[in-house]
Amino acid sequence: MDEFMLIFRHQDGTKIASPEQLQIWMKQTMDWIGQITAQNKFSGGNGLLFEDSRVVGHNHVVTDGPFGEIKETIGGYIIVKAASVDEAVAFAKGSPVLQGEGNSVEVRKIAKRDGGH
Amino acid sequence: MNQPDLIPHLFRKEYGKIVSVLVRYWGINHLEAAEDIASETFVTAVQTWVYRGIPVNPAAWLYQVAKNKARNYLKREQIFRSDVYPEIRNRLDASEQPDLDLSVDSIRDSQLRMMFAISHPSMAPESQIALSLRILCGFGIEEIAAAFLTNKETINKRLLRAKQKLRSQPALLEAPGPAEIAGRMENVLTTLYLLFSEGYYSISKDPAIRKELCLEAMLLANSLLQTQSPQKKDVFALLSLMCFQASRLEARVTASGETVPYEEQDPQQWNMELVSQGIYFLKEASGGDRISRFHLEACIAYYNTIKDDTPEKWENILRLYNILLEINNSPITALNRGYAIYKVKGKMAAIAATEKLRLANNQFYCTLLGELYSGIDNQKARAYYQRAIALAKTMHDRNTLQTHINRLENTAAKDGVLKNIFAG
Repeated sequence: MDEFMLIFRHQDGTKIASPEQLQIWMKQTMDWIGQITAQNKFSGGNGLLFEDSRVVGHNHVVTDGPFGEIKETIGGYIIVKAASVDEAVAFAKGSPVLQGEGNSVEVRKIAKRDGGH
Repeated sequence: MNQPDLIPHLFRKEYGKIVSVLVRYWGINHLEAAEDIASETFVTAVQTWVYRGIPVNPAAWLYQVAKNKARNYLKREQIFRSDVYPEIRNRLDASEQPDLDLSVDSIRDSQLRMMFAISHPSMAPESQIALSLRILCGFGIEEIAAAFLTNKETINKRLLRAKQKLRSQPALLEAPGPAEIAGRMENVLTTLYLLFSEGYYSISKDPAIRKELCLEAMLLANSLLQTQSPQKKDVFALLSLMCFQASRLEARVTASGETVPYEEQDPQQWNMELVSQGIYFLKEASGGDRISRFHLEACIAYYNTIKDDTPEKWENILRLYNILLEINNSPITALNRGYAIYKVKGKMAAIAATEKLRLANNQFYCTLLGELYSGIDNQKARAYYQRAIALAKTMHDRNTLQTHINRLENTAAKDGVLKNIFAG
């Protein structure tokens, strides 16, 4: 069993949703994660906030970020256990993030400590 | 834990508190920033909760996020200002800013200041109430539009104008003096009653949420008793009205969320503690040199806590509505009076009085006439009900109205159809 990281990319991460929209999104996401957890395949995850975020550039130039320059922002990630990348992709397809036009879920296999990929 | 309305519910309860405290610290010129920070606080909350679960004390969690966001905003502001105006570099030192005080007392005090700032006489009353519902109570534009029986565009324009007005008078947020309190109290009370009504008549099926909104309005009204104002009796009257109505909160909704018409409610389920609390407040409200709309409405609400339908009861209610209409001429008051006329003088008199109102675009006007024409002219009754269905905003209302039409077709119409709207 491998571990895959599902990274949520948002086209417009700064757009503020209404409380009702937030409620729907929260329920869908919790249901989705709940289904993965029920199969004992959820390893963890978290949201990535705009709070205290910086971009450290070449020459150690620190900018407040990722505002402005970057069109796509990462809103969060989860790590799932899966037998294959196809299974991980099947999980990703259920993500409510994909309801937003321009949003995407990136699926990446996490390197194993023992080098056995 | 997966409460179906958790976020909208928290938003109504906490959004206004966060905005009020921020604005008290920063001044009214930062109102928009305060609103943004409060909104973003909820986005951050949801972004975290979906992965880590909903915390035991969501409000405390929101306050902590709001504090962080406020600190970051000040830092950003400072960088911006020192870049643009080096001469004022030292004026806004984020490191010296004390942490926001989000204690119960600080929140109540901030909310009171905000209430009175918004209720400044230079603003049109409709704008004040719209802004209060938006800022103090976190209502969405659509909910405000529904409360005013108008559309979203009108409300947006009203809010925009009201905010411009507020910004043009930054001194408004200082603790209001006796004259300010006296001059603005009536608007403050009207706003709180609208907030209460939103909870009482809310289309939300979750009784916990409705109760919460009503309770929030009652707490805010109660905090007004701490201010010195000549309208203290009006505050008591409003509290009395709220208690009488809140006594039926449990009884008027079934476990599955359906509205129970007043006539079908079980008085055993009415909360008699709230009724006696209401009577106490009504006694405190009496003895002044004038009566407010809230005195009259509290008296009407008192009669509604007595289930028995005696002629005296309805004669008294009609008399109260007659006076109420003189001091507060609103479509809903006029329609309620129409219903009282029906109970005292019969359907023909009520039809004559109601049709004079010419409110063909009002759902409740059409519903009332549908009820009044039932059994007198069923064709007209059906037409009015159908018009009401076209105007209704919720599926629940449409279904209820359709039941009335079906009843017209099946049997001779019976009384009591309207009570969930006009006396529930």
